[in-house]
This record gives sequence, structure tokens and C-alpha cells, in this order.
Amino acid sequence: MQFLSYLINGISLGSVYALIALGYTMVYGIAKMLNFAHGDVIMIGSYVVFFAFGSAGMNPVLAIVLSMVVCTVLGVTIERVAYRPLREAPSLAVLITAIGVSYLLQQVAQLAWSSNPKSFTSVVSGMKPISLFDGQLTISAETVVTIIACVIIMVALIWFVNHTSAGHAMQAVSEDRGAAQLMGVNVNATISLTFAIGSALAAVAGALLCSSYPTLQPTTGAMPGIKAFVAAVFGGIGSIPGAFLGGILLGIIENLSKAYISTQLSDAIVFLVLVVVLIVKPTGLLGKKVNVKV
Amino acid sequence: MLKNMKKSTKSNLITLGIVVGFYVLIQILGAVGALTNSFSGQLVPICAYVILAVSLNLTVGILGELSLGHAGFMSVGAFSGTLAYVVLSENAPQPLAMLVAFVVGGVVAGLFGVLVGIPVLRLSGDYLAIVTLAFGEIVKNVMNACYLGLDSHGLHFSLKDTASLNMEVDGKVLINGAMGITGIKKASTFAVGIVLVIITLLVILNLVNSRAGRAIKAIRDNEIAARSVGIPITKYKLMAFVTSAVFAGIAGVLYALNYSSLVAKKFDYNTSILILVFVVLGGIGNLRGSVIAAAVLTVLPELLRSMNDYRMLIYAIVLIVVMIFNQSPEMIALRKRLTARFRKEGADKKDAKEKKGVA
Repeated sequence: MQFLSYLINGISLGSVYALIALGYTMVYGIAKMLNFAHGDVIMIGSYVVFFAFGSAGMNPVLAIVLSMVVCTVLGVTIERVAYRPLREAPSLAVLITAIGVSYLLQQVAQLAWSSNPKSFTSVVSGMKPISLFDGQLTISAETVVTIIACVIIMVALIWFVNHTSAGHAMQAVSEDRGAAQLMGVNVNATISLTFAIGSALAAVAGALLCSSYPTLQPTTGAMPGIKAFVAAVFGGIGSIPGAFLGGILLGIIENLSKAYISTQLSDAIVFLVLVVVLIVKPTGLLGKKVNVKV
Repeated sequence: MLKNMKKSTKSNLITLGIVVGFYVLIQILGAVGALTNSFSGQLVPICAYVILAVSLNLTVGILGELSLGHAGFMSVGAFSGTLAYVVLSENAPQPLAMLVAFVVGGVVAGLFGVLVGIPVLRLSGDYLAIVTLAFGEIVKNVMNACYLGLDSHGLHFSLKDTASLNMEVDGKVLINGAMGITGIKKASTFAVGIVLVIITLLVILNLVNSRAGRAIKAIRDNEIAARSVGIPITKYKLMAFVTSAVFAGIAGVLYALNYSSLVAKKFDYNTSILILVFVVLGGIGNLRGSVIAAAVLTVLPELLRSMNDYRMLIYAIVLIVVMIFNQSPEMIALRKRLTARFRKEGADKKDAKEKKGVA
């Protein structure tokens, strides 16, 4: 029974990773860049929810919507100001810029809200935990809401990418940017849209993450961000179902290793998964193989 | 004699001259008593950071791959070297113990370099960055949970706590988890640091200007073309990566022996980024720039204490601005136009002068 409880908590944590990983995987697939600042957008989103819902007492749904708007604006602005000028530059330059942006967000948050951890009020604090098998297995409301939210978002996103013209444009840009441009796809707008969607999902992920793990500080987003990237690589970078699968699996691995191996070493184990995946199958579980042509 | 020298030799001599000049300057300042305590406390860290920046520049600038785990190599070097030093310094003379510590630190960091390098150097840039980052985090977490003790039965190792080491009564705890290694006799001096900086520069500058260095740069500029002319890609990539790791380890030992205790937390992601800032600001691929940037940026925060809250914020902005200014196609075009205009104006003036001269 205890194993089942660890497993369900792992799936819940994995759902959050999956939501974050979606942002990474879409941006990586379409803009071919690793957006290091993604984790810090989550952190900013969590602060917005913290102030709107926790301090100002706004309706939790409205607070999350507000946070999504803020993160979307932030994500698109970052792309416009920092990444777009470097679209044709070597990937090393883009990567260093992204690290700079990530650091910038952390430092701004630290100056604005201090590095003291804030205790985050769960957005579903009104709901009761579910009790199964005569109280032997308790599932918190956060867990249930996180998993349901993740599944809904995943289905909606897959539908969006496969059945709308904007979604088709995204697929086209990810396949061949130059050819897509020649076919009349607005590449810049498509990349902006990708950043907007990824950042909005980051806001949701931030609210859910901090509801389950209620300490909020400027570095809150960094670790989940990196782990979500591991999840995206695990599932196959550029693949939306892959991000989902990778996220869930990584969440389960992390929670089980916390429970049965060592709390301190769980992060090391998660990163070891990345190294093993890259050695054994660099394209990830559901990724496509790309041949390098001269 | 200077005229016949190769361009690269001349440039190397200037770089080494700067280091020696810095040493002489500090000695003079020390002799007249112009050095403050806080500044002389910074001298060894400056040397360590210079070595780190130069070695990271070998990976980032010359090899063209981003490593975000430089602090991880620094950490494994620092722990293994310090461990050797603590064990040896009881019986052996101090200079010998130190020498062994540096060798052990460098070798262990180099071994980890091979371990990390072989799987990831076959992958493209972004993956290398994230794996080195992961490596840094793994090292930090494992060292934080690592317990090592020594008694009459030999070494005892545990990842849980000191009690599970199962030591005899005479046992001594060497690494105490998150508390790290304590009670180190401070041994690093500025002179040792400068010697190490010079050795680092000699090795890395020679590597860069050698046949191997040209191969590494060829791989950076176009891997497919390099492969097609028969350059063994993995061999040279690994050579650069491991050399970089070895010197990071040596710098770690130098840094650790400057303090009385050593904790794993010191070598985190922020330290890796700090070294990257030195490299970027000094100029990617420019080793002399790394030396100067590392020294200046280590001293500057001491002088500008009031700015301390904004230090990392400024570093972040510096990273973004330098990258956009140096790498964005529009900015490059703009700079070319501007320099062309200045050149033209300069040329016009020169022409006018010459005409006057004729008249």
C-alpha cells in the first residue's frame, strides 16, 4: 500500500515535470534552442499566484489565469529581446544568453522579493484528500488535481498541434525552418506562439508544483526546470507525448528512489538517468532519429 | 630577436609577462605595506579563478562546447587532493604533501573528465551542456552525502552517516558528509598560486598553438569538414576536455588548501556560471582575456562592497549583452559599418596630410 502511495505521488510530481517539459520540448523542437530560463519563468509565475491568491485573496482560478498572462508576456518578451537577435548565431551564443536570462530572472526575483522562502498556500486548499481502502491509502487533492490538469492539457495540446493551422505551422517550422518560410509560414510569429504556449503552461506547472511543495524562493524553478529538461530528453526531445511519458517516468523514478534509496541521492539518480539515456538511446524513448547531412 | 619571433610566441610571452608583472606588483605593494588584509586574502582565490577561467576557455572557446560542470571537476579535484594532503601532511614534509595533493587532484579530475567526456562528446552542444550540468549536481549531491573514515583496518566509506562507517576507536573521520573536510592546515600561498597559473598557461597556450590545437579548432569551426580531412574527432575533443578538467581539479586543490575547511556546497552551479562569466567577459577563445577578466572580477566585488547585492544581476546582464553584441548578425553588420566609416575618415585625414606634405 505504501508503494502505491509513493507511486501515485511520483505520478503527480511527474505530471508537473511533464507540463514543464512540454515547454522545453516545444521550444527545442521549433526554435532549436535550449531555453534555460524556462524554469525561472515557472518561479515568476508561482510568485504571481502567491501574491494574487495567497496575499490578495483572489479566486484561485483567476490567480492562475493572471499568472498565465504574466508568464506569456514574459516568455514572449524574453524571446523577442534576447533570443530573436541570435536566431542565426551559433548555438553556444544562444545557450549562454539563455543562461544569462535565467540568472537575470533569479536575481530580479531575489532583489524584489528577497531570498527568504515564502510558504505557498495550496491553490486547492479547500478540497479534502481522497481516502481509499478504509483510510490505508490517502491521496491529496493536489495530487488528483495535478494529474487531471496534466492529462487535460496534454490532450488539448496534441489536438491543437494536429488540427489547427497554427499547429501545422509549428510542425512545419520544426521540420524545416527555411522551407516553411518559403511556403509562407510566418516563422517569427510561430516561434513567439510556441514561447507563449510554453510559458503559459509553465505558469500552471508553477502553481501546481508549489501547491504540492509549498516553499517558494527565487531558486524554486531552477531544479524542476533542469529535471524537466531531463524528462524531455528522456521522452525524446521535440515529441509532445514523449515529454508526457518522460515526465511521468522521471517523477516515479525520483519519488521511488527518495523512498527506497536515499533522499539526498535522489537528484543524483535522476541525473544518472539522463546520462544513461544519452549513452544508450540519445534520441529518447519516442524521439525521431535525425541524420546529419553535409 | 623580437622580430624573428613567431606571432604566437610573442603573444604568449605578453600573457606570461602580465602574470609575472602582477606578481612583482603585489610583492612591491606588500613590501611597502599597501596591501589590505581583505585584498591579500583574495590573492590565492584570484590564482585559482584564473586557472579555472583559462581551463574553461579551452573547452568553451577553443573546443567550442559549453561545459556547465566546471565546478564539479573543481570539486572532485579539491576533495581528492585535500584528502591526500591531510593524510600525508602528518608524516611527509609539507611541500611534498602539497605536490602530491596537486598531482592527485589533477589526475582524479582528469579521470572524471574521461568518464564524462567519452559518452557525451559524441553528442551535440546542448546535450554536452546539460550533461556537464548534471555531472556538477551529481558530484555536489554525492559529496554532500559522503562519509569517509580511516582506522587501523583501512578506509571506511558510507553514504549514510558517520555511525555506519563502523570504525575502530582509533578511527578518524576524514570526510564528514555535508560538513566536508575540516581541520586543514592552510598551505596555499600566492607564490604557489602564481607558479600554477604559469604552468597552466604554458601547457594550455602550447596546446592551442600546436598541431593538436589546430585540429581542435578545426573541429570547432566545422566538424564535418574536419572529419573529412581525417582528424580523429573524439580523440581531440577528449584531449581538450580532459586537459580542461585536469586544470580545474588543480585549481580546486589550490582553492581548498587556502581555507581550513572544505564543503561540497561551495562548488555548485553558481560557481560554474561565475567561471563562465569570466570566460565570456574576457573573450571566448581569448586566453589572455580570461586571465585579466578572472583577476579583475574577483577583486572588483571587494572594492565595490556596496554593489554586492547587484553583482550577480550585473553579471547576468553582462552575459546577455555581450552575447547579443558579439554574435547577433545585425550587430555584427552594424559594427562593420561603423568601423568602416572610422577607417574611411582616418584614411581621408591621412590622405589630406600626405597631400599637405607634398605641397
